[in-house]
Amino acid sequence: MVPSRCHSLRGTAVQRQLGVRVGEIRFTLFVAGDTPRSHLAIANLRRLANGRLAGRCSMRVVDVQKDPELAEAERILTTPTLIKESPMPARRVTGDLSDLELVLFALSLSTDE
Amino acid sequence: MPKKRANGRAGVDKIETGIPGFDFVAEGGLPAQRTTLVAGTAGSAKTVFAANFLAAGIARGEPGVFVTFEDSPDDLRRNMRGFDWDIAGWERDGKWAFVDVSQRADEEIAVVGEFDLGGLLSRIEHAVARIGARRVSIDSLNALFVRFPDRRLIRAELYRISSTLKRAGTTVVVTAERTEDYGAISLFGVEEFVADNVVILRNLLQDERRRRTLEVLKLRGAAHQRGEVPFTVMEREGIVVIPLTAQQLTQSSSTVRVTSGIQELDRMCHGGFFRDSIVLVSGATGTGKTLMVTQFLAGGFEAGERCLLFAFEESRDQLFRNAAAWGMDFEKAEKRGLLRVVNRYPHALPMEDHLVHMREILDEYRPNRVAVDSLSALERVFTLRSFREFVISLTSTLKRQTMTAMFTSTTPSLLGGGSVTEKHISTLTDSIVLLRYVELPGQIRRSISVLKMRGSPHDTDIRQYTIDSRGLHVGEPFSDVGGILGGHPMPVAGAGDSE
Repeated sequence: MVPSRCHSLRGTAVQRQLGVRVGEIRFTLFVAGDTPRSHLAIANLRRLANGRLAGRCSMRVVDVQKDPELAEAERILTTPTLIKESPMPARRVTGDLSDLELVLFALSLSTDE
Repeated sequence: MPKKRANGRAGVDKIETGIPGFDFVAEGGLPAQRTTLVAGTAGSAKTVFAANFLAAGIARGEPGVFVTFEDSPDDLRRNMRGFDWDIAGWERDGKWAFVDVSQRADEEIAVVGEFDLGGLLSRIEHAVARIGARRVSIDSLNALFVRFPDRRLIRAELYRISSTLKRAGTTVVVTAERTEDYGAISLFGVEEFVADNVVILRNLLQDERRRRTLEVLKLRGAAHQRGEVPFTVMEREGIVVIPLTAQQLTQSSSTVRVTSGIQELDRMCHGGFFRDSIVLVSGATGTGKTLMVTQFLAGGFEAGERCLLFAFEESRDQLFRNAAAWGMDFEKAEKRGLLRVVNRYPHALPMEDHLVHMREILDEYRPNRVAVDSLSALERVFTLRSFREFVISLTSTLKRQTMTAMFTSTTPSLLGGGSVTEKHISTLTDSIVLLRYVELPGQIRRSISVLKMRGSPHDTDIRQYTIDSRGLHVGEPFSDVGGILGGHPMPVAGAGDSE
């Protein structure tokens, strides 16, 4: 559950001064345990975060087995489930996220946003 | 927590569900720590069953988790309030937990890549651990299959959930919908996943009436009753299953005698009725059956017994007036709490509801004697099959408490012969008293005879009786007439009056 910032190193100082940034994309990825599928989803999300969405997002990973209450609060049925919490509207995608283009499309995130 | 072993059968422990009548039909209850599928068409009360399973568990100190795929928790809390199930209260007390998987209109979820039901599994596991649940209800599987078209995946995941719940020591009820009452067990082949234990609920239209039935189709490794049995969904109760089997009927075993209310009849019975027997009084209209019931009740409350009358023929006021005319004070007895009269229109309720209401009153009032006047009034409005089931069930209920019961039945023809009622119930009663008109040249007389009395010798005479302002009086045997019971009385020439 360690949040990891995925902005590029160069902009760190500037970003620290600005604090919370408007338009930052916030992700929570729910996975079930330490399985290949969980790792795959995490890896895919990181690729997105370091690639197309570099510098624009933050993500956290929640293991439903370790935090079932949060899973209950967010009504997680399938895993992995990725929730884009902001910007609005909130969107969800379930699966190992193996098609990044499709993930972006499903989350209403296009390249020029 | 109570855990009853199935009677000596091949090793499957069962837990009593606590749903009235169900455990009897399932011969002990549901297989413990296993999953049972409850399948039925739309409107067959599957969700009620699933909730009832948990509610009955809570009454026995067993917390439960309800996983809902269709109705929202709010809807369920509201819908189940009619059964006096305070779900919200149980949630606060940590006895009931919802896992809400109902679909919200605003929730859309895209699928990219492979997934499983890990989220659901964790939530269920967590809820079970949090409240120490012993029971889990999952309602219903169809929603899952509709949402996720990959059946193989869903089945594999359901198997995983089922195994997890088994390891957690919980007994699980899973509901599924079917489209036909007599056909494939369920849609989507759900039964392949949980084929071991299946209960089918039906809601059939038969003879212009809705008829709910429950069938324990299979319980792997365990015995159970076969075939469909009726059940009803009752306000303030929930599901009440009405098991039918002669097994439940035990013969009168008491040797204590109580009065019939008519001294001469007591003599004919060599001391009166046995305290726990059921007496059928059969006769044509006007032969005095209601009078016999009146005297039966008076004999009871005058001896300090609590008496209950289910009156389907005459109103309470009529009964009280007539009783008073014969010198029996029903008003006073009622005020003293020794008499209770329940008036109902036979056609007001379906058979099952009549039965459950009667049982409730019997349980609550705990009478020493009960009369039903008349069974024929009910027979006229029930279907044949329902009527027989009703009598079996009522008789077995009466046998569970020690009380003397009297049923009246009207023969269709004035002179005699059997009625349909009698054909069905004469074997279920312990004693039969026949009242018959006797047509002789120029006059109508009346005869009374005790046809059978289990466990005791009795008068075999066919005696005359009269009715006057003080009630029914039994006189001398008919020594000059034969063929009375067959409905063809004929004077017997030259017979003396000593036998």
